Amino acid sequence: MGDIKQELKSKIIEQLNLEDVTVDEIADNDPLFGDGLGLDSIDALELIVMLDKDYGIKLSDPKEGKKIFESIETMANYITANKTK
Amino acid sequence: MMKDNYRIASYCHIKNNEISLNGALIFKGEGPFKTFIKMAYQHFAVDYPKFFKMDNLSKLAFMAGDVLLKHEKVSPEQEENIAIVFSNRASSLDTDRKHQESIQDVTAYYPSPAVFVYTLPNICIGEISIKYKLYSENSFFIFDAFNPDYLFEYSSSILDSGKAEKVLCGWVDFDEENYEAFIYLVSREGSFIHSTEEIKRLY
Repeated sequence: MGDIKQELKSKIIEQLNLEDVTVDEIADNDPLFGDGLGLDSIDALELIVMLDKDYGIKLSDPKEGKKIFESIETMANYITANKTK
Repeated sequence: MMKDNYRIASYCHIKNNEISLNGALIFKGEGPFKTFIKMAYQHFAVDYPKFFKMDNLSKLAFMAGDVLLKHEKVSPEQEENIAIVFSNRASSLDTDRKHQESIQDVTAYYPSPAVFVYTLPNICIGEISIKYKLYSENSFFIFDAFNPDYLFEYSSSILDSGKAEKVLCGWVDFDEENYEAFIYLVSREGSFIHSTEEIKRLY
């Protein structure tokens, strides 16, 4: 589980172009949207594509994303339980 | 004609890893565009994290606009009635290609939303408008080459009609590693005459 969290942090920084953020600065329970990392709606779409491309998870209902993308912790839990690749 | 009264307040060039303002070199970087524009971002202490999410054309236009508007003491905190009229040759082709690559293979069809949103050239106008709270007229034209006659007429017309108090105007072109920005602010005050001849001379 720890590995996937680190992996997610690296992927988010790289794919969402978070230039001034390092892996160490993202806590597992930090909110990804709003006051936390400050991600926006386009970033949310990027995360949906990332789930599909890297973990074989297709979100049929985008509203699910709100809970899944709350934090690195919630993302890692969801991916561990649902990944197909 | 009213348009004879307009002036060019300032102008900015970005080309060949150099940024100049009103003809004076103010920054010289190195490397490919990605490296150069990041160096410029740090040099001018832009402090706008969304910059790194932009495509190359938007980074180019945003940097030129930011340098010029800061020099003109335009505040991002206050709404301004400044129109934006930009033009180029390559449209958003640099980003269009990236998007095309992501949808080329039907077995690995993962278009990036963050890339797709930049597949229109006028998005770069939006990036400047968001930072500087510009809600006025804006247009983006595609020409074979820099077209001072058209830009002169169009910006004069906007000012004549009273639709804006100033016009941020010019050329922002990016295709592969070739890039060039030349933008200028048309106003009622400024050191340079607003005429096609003067625009050609400054360009």
